[in-house]
Amino acid sequence: MAKKIRVLVAKPGLDGHDRGAKVVANALRDAGMEVIYTGLHQTPEMIAEAAVQEDVDVVGLSILSGAHLTMFPRIIELLKKQEAEHIKVFGGGIIPAEDVEKLESMGVAKVFGPGTDTRDIIKYLKQEFE
Amino acid sequence: MGGMRDIGALLERFGEGKTAAAARLITILEEGGDGAERVMDTIFARTSGAYRIGFTGPPGAGKSTLVYRLAKLFRQKEHEIGIIAVDPTSPFSGGALLGDRIRMQKLSEDPKIFVRSLASRGSLGGISNCTDEVADLLDAFGKDLIIIETVGVGQSELEIAEKSHTVVVILVPESGDGIQAMKAGLMEIGDIFVMNKADHPDAVLAAREIENSLRLKDIPEGNWQPPVLLTSALEETGMEDVIREIENHRRWLEERDLFEEKRRLILRSRVRDAFMDKLERKLWHDSSITRILESRIGEVYDGRLSPYRMVEELERLVTVE
Amino acid sequence: MKEEKDRQYSKAKEKFLETFEGCSAQDIDFTTVSAEPVEPLYTPDDAEDLDYTRDLGFPGQYPFTRGVYPTMYRGRFWTMRQFSGFGTPRDTNERYHFLLDHGQTGLSVAFDMPTIMGYDSDHLRSLGEVGKCGVAIDSLRDMEILFDGIDLSKITTSMTINAPASILLAFYLCTGDKKGIGFDEMGGTIQNDILKEYIAQKSWIFPPEPSMRIITDILAFCSDHVPKWNTISISGYHIREAGSTAVQELAFTLADGFAYVEAGIAAGLDVDSFAPRLSHFFNAHLDFFEEIAKYRAARRIWAKRMKHKYGAKDPRSLLLRFHTQTAGCTLTAQQPENNIVRTAFQALSAVLGGTQSLHTNSMDETLALPSEKAVRIALRTQQLIAEETGVINTIDPLAGSYFIEAKTREMEEKAEDYFRRIDELGGVVKAIEKGFFQKEIGRAAYEYQKAVEKRRKTIVGVNKFQLEKEEIEIPLLKIDEQVEIDQRNAVRNVREERDNDKVSRELERLKVAAAGNDNLMPLILECARCYCTEGEIIGVLKEIFGEYEEPPFF
Repeated sequence: MAKKIRVLVAKPGLDGHDRGAKVVANALRDAGMEVIYTGLHQTPEMIAEAAVQEDVDVVGLSILSGAHLTMFPRIIELLKKQEAEHIKVFGGGIIPAEDVEKLESMGVAKVFGPGTDTRDIIKYLKQEFE
Repeated sequence: MGGMRDIGALLERFGEGKTAAAARLITILEEGGDGAERVMDTIFARTSGAYRIGFTGPPGAGKSTLVYRLAKLFRQKEHEIGIIAVDPTSPFSGGALLGDRIRMQKLSEDPKIFVRSLASRGSLGGISNCTDEVADLLDAFGKDLIIIETVGVGQSELEIAEKSHTVVVILVPESGDGIQAMKAGLMEIGDIFVMNKADHPDAVLAAREIENSLRLKDIPEGNWQPPVLLTSALEETGMEDVIREIENHRRWLEERDLFEEKRRLILRSRVRDAFMDKLERKLWHDSSITRILESRIGEVYDGRLSPYRMVEELERLVTVE
Repeated sequence: MKEEKDRQYSKAKEKFLETFEGCSAQDIDFTTVSAEPVEPLYTPDDAEDLDYTRDLGFPGQYPFTRGVYPTMYRGRFWTMRQFSGFGTPRDTNERYHFLLDHGQTGLSVAFDMPTIMGYDSDHLRSLGEVGKCGVAIDSLRDMEILFDGIDLSKITTSMTINAPASILLAFYLCTGDKKGIGFDEMGGTIQNDILKEYIAQKSWIFPPEPSMRIITDILAFCSDHVPKWNTISISGYHIREAGSTAVQELAFTLADGFAYVEAGIAAGLDVDSFAPRLSHFFNAHLDFFEEIAKYRAARRIWAKRMKHKYGAKDPRSLLLRFHTQTAGCTLTAQQPENNIVRTAFQALSAVLGGTQSLHTNSMDETLALPSEKAVRIALRTQQLIAEETGVINTIDPLAGSYFIEAKTREMEEKAEDYFRRIDELGGVVKAIEKGFFQKEIGRAAYEYQKAVEKRRKTIVGVNKFQLEKEEIEIPLLKIDEQVEIDQRNAVRNVREERDNDKVSRELERLKVAAAGNDNLMPLILECARCYCTEGEIIGVLKEIFGEYEEPPFF
């Protein structure tokens, strides 16, 4: 059996705009991945713990509230603390270009901006994790 | 992924209680094959007979919410809990959307609870083929209560009965679940029936319906008489009743030595399953079987050979002494 | 004579259809953005049984299809109300003065996520979110700073706040009160539409039942003491942003509205005592004519139901007054300047649809909060429509268009279908618990995304007419990390400086009332007045009401 890509899709922070997260979750499922969706209003602790228990290959975060510079590094740090730094983190949302660079320097694997084709996300994940 | 595939190292870290290692070992169990066998060989001896509770019922019955609420209550009783939430794999894409965690995310804050979502993958029913192994692993990880949650479709209800000490069937008053339950064979396997969404106007009626059909089954005196409970997972009512009945059932099993009997049955069915699995894989990869299959399938297609005669021919290649 | 005319008509139509069928059409998806089919041509046949008086009426007359006021924009323009808020109350206060100086006619407060969710700025869950997508308000002190130098008896203020609406309203009223302005002199709107939070926007705190109780408390309190306040802005905007179709936006919003009306009546209120203060809030999306038909259908449905089903006698209860915002979800991060044009078309549809107030999005909103320049262009867009295009000269100028009237009717019928389905599920709250709306919207959103990816639907600059290497050339507004630190300190100072004995007493009184049946508004006002923080008030209410957890739906 081919390796299944397991992805945790989560919405950290307080904003409730889950349209993007759900569309991506559906698209990844349709592309043959196992998607664990954790729902809204997640703390970094909840997300990291879920990612570890589920042993996912990668965590996809969707943030539209502007809290990305706080949330992403916190989750990466928590994964490391749990000896799960092999779990990669990618994300999307309303994230200005200069913050994308900052996030990447903090260890975020990839940031997808608004208007991203879900096929690009799928392609990226298959390339990296299959 | 660095040393993360090193089973020896993983088992060592598993022994130290590292969640990440346990989680990775579950992945190896899911993938099956030699790796999985090696993991099982080590951890099986470390299991200590954790109590296994199966939760099944139709989609949308509120299983995850109920499991979440019960898990919180069980934690107050000092249990350490492993939860296995199984969702079906799409037969079309091979993918799966595992959403049970949404309901249980608050449990992620509690280090004594381990939640794992499994996709049913190649299995026919709604339950994953490696559920038993994952339960063993969580048992060996120190969880004394294992909750297995699965959608009650196809053949999964029978399987869950073979994997659990106590089976809780969750139904909702809407859409004539009572009748569905009888059809789907859920009536045969439930040790406890829960009519969830008790605030629904038809809840009491629907519960009575289940009680009636249980009565019709004429369960002999002395046998376990499955109770029918009313709950509302959303409103958090009736949860204590479910816990109490689970404990009652457990005590009932223990008092009659059925607990051990059930464990024997569970293990027996596992050995059988594992054996059949292996056999199946072996047979399908056998070159002579494949050859005959490929060369004669055309005749079946043309109608010159019935599928059953073809099976007969294949059967001749397999001898069991 | 008539027969001859009919004959000529039929013949001409037949000929047209023949020629039309004979020609090849472009390979384009001719459905609306909501995937609704559209005919190539509408004719008198499509408006055959239109009864002018019954179906349209005159502006300001039942069923108000043509507009809620007799004079419409000849009387006055719509309120140009740019939604705005960021950083500390002081930062936003400066932006408000800027907007008012540039001719804006009403204020609209955007709160940050902690305020929306009921957390104080120093709460752990507020980390990284303070002042980010709106202004941080923790107590009456912040509200006083927010409206510093602004006369609350002269301006109306809209506040986009839902679960904690009662508390922010209390802060606002106390701010005016301390300056000697009576409750009855202050006008404005709180969004206060919790149902659409469960459905689409997902910023809830309490479960539906206590949430509805708070709302009816607000309805009752305001009809007695704050008569100029719009108590609920029944919102389709967020439903649409979450990916719904136009018909879903229309139907779900109105269904929510009717649920509030029923809740008010069930709480023992006279429908005419609160219905005149209900207002609506719609999205102005891409499909120009579909949007105009949506607004017209909304007015007609509301008037009919309020009159016939809920027995409203006061003509003001029948009026569907609405605010519109252009569709944020249609803005693109690619070639952001194009957003100015998109927004202009959307704004025009709202005006042709008879909106009472309007927010136009700024071009940079998919990248960050709007900069001053971007927000000025957005405001100018409205001013251009009002002052240059001439569309305000005549009321409901598209009425009588075969297409518009057919579309208006079609949307009304489809909305009625949804109302039936919702009724069958046991009403709005039950349908929410069953995930009906969430699933309908989720499906529509996914379908649209697939249509875009297959290029059946075009997004200029995203899946067509892209630029190879794109440099973003617009300045972005950044929120300094210092905002969070300052705001955390500010709320701590408030807690130190106030009379903490009084605070505990008032919170305790509120808690007792929450467990009983008294109207909570007067108690929340007392809490506000002695500088209880939002988080403290919410905390007390959570103890009694619990917190909502969403069932998972896809």
